[in-house]
Amino acid sequence: MATGPLVELRDVRKSYDQNEVLRGVSLALEKRTTLAVMGGSGAGKTVLLRIVDGLVRPDSGEVSLFGTRIERLSEEAMLPLRKRSGFVFQSAALFDSLSAFENVAYPLREHTNLSLGEITDRVHRFLSLVGLPGVDNLLPAELSGGMKKRVGIARALVTEPEVVFFDEPTAGLDPTNARLVAELIAELRKGVCDTAIVVTHDIEFAEMVSDQMAILHQGRFADVGTPAAIRASANPDVRRFLAGELREQ
Amino acid sequence: MTATEYVKTHGRETVAWYGGLGLLTMRVARNLTLPPSYFWLVAREIDTMGVRSLTVALSAAVFTGMVLALQSAVNMARFGTENYVGPVVAVSILRELGPVLTAILVGGKVASGITAELGSMKVTEQIDALRALGVNYLKKLVVPRLLAALVVFPFLVILTDGVGLLGGMVVMVFERNLDTFLYWNTIAYWVVIKDFLSGIAKGMVFGALVTLIGCYNGLATDGGTEGLGRATTATVVQAAMAVIISDFFLTKLMLFLFW
Repeated sequence: MATGPLVELRDVRKSYDQNEVLRGVSLALEKRTTLAVMGGSGAGKTVLLRIVDGLVRPDSGEVSLFGTRIERLSEEAMLPLRKRSGFVFQSAALFDSLSAFENVAYPLREHTNLSLGEITDRVHRFLSLVGLPGVDNLLPAELSGGMKKRVGIARALVTEPEVVFFDEPTAGLDPTNARLVAELIAELRKGVCDTAIVVTHDIEFAEMVSDQMAILHQGRFADVGTPAAIRASANPDVRRFLAGELREQ
Repeated sequence: MTATEYVKTHGRETVAWYGGLGLLTMRVARNLTLPPSYFWLVAREIDTMGVRSLTVALSAAVFTGMVLALQSAVNMARFGTENYVGPVVAVSILRELGPVLTAILVGGKVASGITAELGSMKVTEQIDALRALGVNYLKKLVVPRLLAALVVFPFLVILTDGVGLLGGMVVMVFERNLDTFLYWNTIAYWVVIKDFLSGIAKGMVFGALVTLIGCYNGLATDGGTEGLGRATTATVVQAAMAVIISDFFLTKLMLFLFW
């Protein structure tokens, strides 16, 4: 069992055509830590998160997940590692032909030998945890944006993964739903989700849910530290980001 | 864009398409042996591809057999060889028209459906969601379709062959007043088992080809719903072209090996 960081990136670079999205990003995520990665639109936050879960390959640099180097690992070899992690997509990415219940039950049916009764109990427990009891038979098209996000969170957490990656969990939600999702993630940190990377551009939300914050600007981390340290940072890019004046080129 | 740039861009895209299709084929072949086995998905795909394509395949086959018999009878009568229309119809259907028509009609329908389904899953991040959940998406989405195609297409070719020959018989007996016994007897005399088996083998190859093209174009879809429309249209054309072009080389190969 690896005892080092659950997630580690060293000098990771990624470009799309001529656009250099990440220009040497390094980070380490220890167990029982929530890291909020912040930055403006187009800063490369989502690409970074996808690289961490092996969904996108970096052009260069080292990526470790659970102590295993993954940057050149095949899709098939990635599967056991992904079973130990959860990923919450910005769009929720629910399976549109399956009900909310079946979406949450999906990873249990794929990866466990639980009986139908045990699956039902666990799905209901996690749907209740995200504040959605009684939506079992609703299709994703019948759910609101906030409900979809919460079903997506339940699906990512139902196997009780060791680390969860959240991609803009409050983006596109009205203030009430955004607050609900933020409170939910903050609450989950005390139980089933104590190690996470949260990608967001919402400073208040990041402060609410994280132990560590990192500001991504022009493909590099401008600063990394506790929420208090980031608030007090003298780095001009961090100051501009906190003042809402930082723009990505 | 200049003519040179246009040729370069399209040349690069074409090479990338063939390369991507080849890589997908290799990855799917490797995944055939990996657990888990989704037998119920194969059964569902057999129903989607085969049972729901019967009407179109059999309707096309009966009319093709009829028109082939009619044209052959009229023209062969000029040389006094109308009695041999049966074997001409049979060899044409068993060796070529059965597998090719099935692959173009059913294959186009099946492959475009696969591209539309996988493409919409791709643009809505559902395939990434499968990957993130630790699910082998090739095993779940591509392998069952390929296995189903390897079962369905030869089976459809057999049915198409039978119905096509019956269509030919209907025309010869009722339109040209040929004796039913003579129609079947000349077929039984002149047609050999390899005529039938070569058509079945072609059906399997065509089925695998159109399914892989449908899957590849679906998985490679980008550019949102507009890209999905482009991918689906491209699949119909590419599947038909793949069948027609590969038919020539398969025919050459089979004549070389078995004639």
